[in-house]
Amino acid sequence: MGVVLWQLRERAHQRLITGQNSTPTQAPEVAPPKKATFLVANDADSSLLGQEQILPLPQDPGARARLILGKLLDIYAASNALHPVPGGAASIEEVFLLPVPSSETSRPTSSRPASASRPPTEDSTGPQLAVVNLSSAFVAGHPAGIETESLTVLSLCGTLHANLPRVAQVRFLVDGQPRATLAGHADLTRTYLAAGAVSPEGAQQ
Amino acid sequence: MRSTNRSHARRTALQAAAFLVAATALLAPAQQPAPAPSAPPVVPSSPTSRFVVVLDAAHGGDDSGARIDSGSEKDVALALSVKLRSLLAARGFQVITTRESDATLDAVHRAEIANRSGAQACLSLHATESGSGIHLFASSLTPAAPTRIPAWKTAQGGFVTRSLALAGVVNSALQHANIPVTVGRTALPGVDSMTCPAIAVEIASAASCQQPRSPAPPIPPTRARLLKLSPPHCSSGRRRHASRDTSLSNGSLS
Repeated sequence: MGVVLWQLRERAHQRLITGQNSTPTQAPEVAPPKKATFLVANDADSSLLGQEQILPLPQDPGARARLILGKLLDIYAASNALHPVPGGAASIEEVFLLPVPSSETSRPTSSRPASASRPPTEDSTGPQLAVVNLSSAFVAGHPAGIETESLTVLSLCGTLHANLPRVAQVRFLVDGQPRATLAGHADLTRTYLAAGAVSPEGAQQ
Repeated sequence: MRSTNRSHARRTALQAAAFLVAATALLAPAQQPAPAPSAPPVVPSSPTSRFVVVLDAAHGGDDSGARIDSGSEKDVALALSVKLRSLLAARGFQVITTRESDATLDAVHRAEIANRSGAQACLSLHATESGSGIHLFASSLTPAAPTRIPAWKTAQGGFVTRSLALAGVVNSALQHANIPVTVGRTALPGVDSMTCPAIAVEIASAASCQQPRSPAPPIPPTRARLLKLSPPHCSSGRRRHASRDTSLSNGSLS
C-alpha cells in the first residue's frame, strides 16, 4: 500500500514538473529611451534650471512620474549638488495620478489623505492631480529654510508638469499621511498648481 | 572660523534689522506721518492711531527650526525680533511680538495674535544656512478681495497685494544698502492665515553674504516685476536675485 502511494505521489510530482514551463514566453519589455526634463534647483541664485536627460521611461504614467522624480532627487543627493538634499530616488515612495475633482479645484485644502485605491485615469484626457508620497527619511533629512524647502517643492511640481503635462495639481504625503510642513516651513497641506511652477524663462535647454 | 561666521551673522542680522526699520518707516507715511527720527516716541491716545507692526519670531520651544552654526533658527529669530522691537519702538511704532522668550507657539496662535492686532505690517522672522543674503517672501495665495469672514487657511489672500507692496518697500531699502535680496512667494502656514500685509524675512548664512556683489539694479523695475506676479487664476512665486540675472520659477497654490 505504501509503495503504491509512493508511486502515485511520484507520478503526480512528474506531472506537475512537466506542466511548468520555465522557458520565457514573452520577451521582457525594454522601455525605449525618451527625453526627460528636470527643473533643477540652485541654492546659490534661487533658480530652477531646466536639464534634459535621455532615459528609458516606463509607459505607465505613475511609474514614469516616480522614476523621473527619483532621478531628480538623485541629482540633489549627489556630492556636488547645487541644492543638496539627502535621500535620492528612494525618497519617492509612490506617485498616484488621479483625476482633478472638479469640486475641489477651488477648495484650498482638505486634510484627508488622498485615496490610493482610486483607479488611475490613463484613459481620460482631463487634468490630473499627482499625489507624491515622500519617505519620512527624506523629510527628516531635508535642510530647513523657507527658500530651500520652497525650491524643493517647486522643483518637484515643475518637473512633474514638464514631463506629464496633464498633471495640473500636486499634493504631498509623507509615509502616506498628511504632514504640515516639509522641514518646518513649506506648507505640505496645500494643493500646488503644477503649471505655475514652470516658467518659460526658467527652462534652459 | 565659526566665531567669525557668527559675528558676521550677528552683523548681518543687525544690518537687516536697521534696514527693515527703515523700510517699515518708508511704508508708514501712506498710513500716517512717521515721527522724526530724533523725536521722542509719541505716546498715542489710542493704540489704533499708531502704525502697528507685528514681529513674529519663528519657531521656539521644542521647535528649533534650522541649525545655524552652533545655534538654532529660533534663537536668531528671537534676537532679531528683540532688536527690531526696540528700534521700531524708538521711532514711535507700536510693536506687538508673538513671543518674547523661548516658547512653543503654533502657526494658528501666531496668526491669531497678528489678526487681533490690526497691524499695518506683519513680519515673520526666520534664518537659514542655505542660500545667501536676505530672502523676502510674500504669500503665494491668489489675491482676493478682503472679506469680513475669510477662510482661515487662505485669509492672507485678501492682503496679498499689500503684502507684495510691503515686500517691495523692504526690498528697495535692503538694495540701497547693497544687501543681496531674493524676493519670492511661498506657502507658509501662519502667514497664510494673517489678515494684515505680511511678509516672511529669512536671513541666510553670513558666510555667503561676505561675497562681493555687483551693484543692485534700479528699483522701479524691481518693484514693477514683483508687483505683476499674479496671473488671474493662480498666484505665482517668482524669484529674483538682486545682484544677478537669474532664471525664474513660479509656484502656485489653489
